[in-house]
Amino acid sequence: MNSFALVSAELPYWSQSLLRVLGGLVAVLLPAGTVVYLFLFKMMSFMQSRLGPMEAGPYGSMQLLAEVAKWLQKEDVIPARADKFIFKIAPLVVLMSTFLLVAVVPFGPDAWFTNFEAGVFYMLAVSSVSVLGILMAGWASANKYSLLGGLRAAGQLIAYELPMVLAVVGVVIQAGTMNLQGIVVAQNAGSMFGWSGLGNPYFVTQFVGFVIFMIAVQAELTQTPFDMPIAESELVAGYMTEYSGFRFLIFFIGEFATAGVFAMIAAVLFLGGWAVPFSWFGWTDMDSIDNWMNVVGPLILFTKMLALVFIIMWVRFSSPRFREDQLQRFAWKVLIPISLANIMVTAVLKVAF
Amino acid sequence: MPKIPGMFKGLGVTFNTLMKTATEGANTVQYPHEKEIPPTRARGVIALHEGNCTSCMLCVRSCPDWCIYIEAHKELAPPRRAGGAARKVNELDRFDIDYALCMYCGICVDVCPFDALFWSPEYEYSEPRIADLLHDKAKLGEWMETVPEAPELEVGADKKGKK
Repeated sequence: MNSFALVSAELPYWSQSLLRVLGGLVAVLLPAGTVVYLFLFKMMSFMQSRLGPMEAGPYGSMQLLAEVAKWLQKEDVIPARADKFIFKIAPLVVLMSTFLLVAVVPFGPDAWFTNFEAGVFYMLAVSSVSVLGILMAGWASANKYSLLGGLRAAGQLIAYELPMVLAVVGVVIQAGTMNLQGIVVAQNAGSMFGWSGLGNPYFVTQFVGFVIFMIAVQAELTQTPFDMPIAESELVAGYMTEYSGFRFLIFFIGEFATAGVFAMIAAVLFLGGWAVPFSWFGWTDMDSIDNWMNVVGPLILFTKMLALVFIIMWVRFSSPRFREDQLQRFAWKVLIPISLANIMVTAVLKVAF
Repeated sequence: MPKIPGMFKGLGVTFNTLMKTATEGANTVQYPHEKEIPPTRARGVIALHEGNCTSCMLCVRSCPDWCIYIEAHKELAPPRRAGGAARKVNELDRFDIDYALCMYCGICVDVCPFDALFWSPEYEYSEPRIADLLHDKAKLGEWMETVPEAPELEVGADKKGKK
């Protein structure tokens, strides 16, 4: 079984691959566009008591296309002393990590791109690839602000990678599997104290892990309380300073697509992913799920993603920026000890019950 | 009662603003579609009452960025009383204000001893060409129609000082 089980029997390998690539594009660009329009344009404006873009299309819904067209026609400036090859591929590395990330996200019982047994492990590994891209961008720009921004980003992303991994470990212990699909099933087939009306979404039992994970995601996305790498008042735009036109657009898409994909992963890990609690329809395991979940599942996951991105963006629009030392201290001295304690308690309770 | 952390207060503020904007509308005005009415004493544009101007050049000299240009010549006017000598008056040839330079400080309006310059709240006079922002005597005179009536004096303000 794979994501295109209905068609894969007749289709040759190349068309399956093409379908997967198209599906990946949709799964990355659709959340990115929605996140930018719904949250960056509209929610941010409303939180500042203004309306945001209103002219391009109804309620400014075509504004994003206008912005993309604007970026595409801008000159692609490369600084004279930049390392040209590295400078050019750095944004692609960042975007690539987003595409690699979406590959393991399950969208339905059969709607997935790949079904790794070690999906969680893979997810945590490829999410750090973007650090490489950011470091490359910062170093290759031949600009002190870019370099400072890149180094700050590297320090921050590595520091917050740890609490993220440790927060997920709690989920993995409780689910007993590293397969993201398996984690979804474990949550929705489970029960809380014998009551299975809501399944067992891990944001209840793993609430500490959920909070730590969301904080770490906020930092991984360099959204505002943790946006030291692109602190505009001191570093112009950090590692993005020298980028313009299409390459800046790729960074921009990468940032918000990653926000969407991380929110999807958080929804899979903590909110039950694409599924509804199995007891609602009398399902018991993967094989008894009705086929229509392959269509409804992505919509459910999308809704949960929007709810989580709302939280990420809400915090972003409301918070001032951490200082560099506060940021590191918070990761190493607060988040990591708490998540270690969380793992210990989870493990003990897992064995006890 | 324990103190609510500032972060959650901040989240509350932004969320309340979000709900308020969604239900009651934004604080901003969608400018080209609806116009904001500025206060009557707003500093929109400077109008010239040509008849009052004696081309004394005080406004030109007081302008911090030299955006007022006056040229004038002397003319003989008929005497006030029969048999008197002919009067010399300054006739304005040119009175331009370059709004590309003007910084709306209003010193010219304050300094004018003969009440020839007035503030008008009009603000829609942007131009595609920067040279068109130089308003000449005729155009500055047209702005006079938009100058609001001076407000009533406060009680007692019209009394002459005792000294």
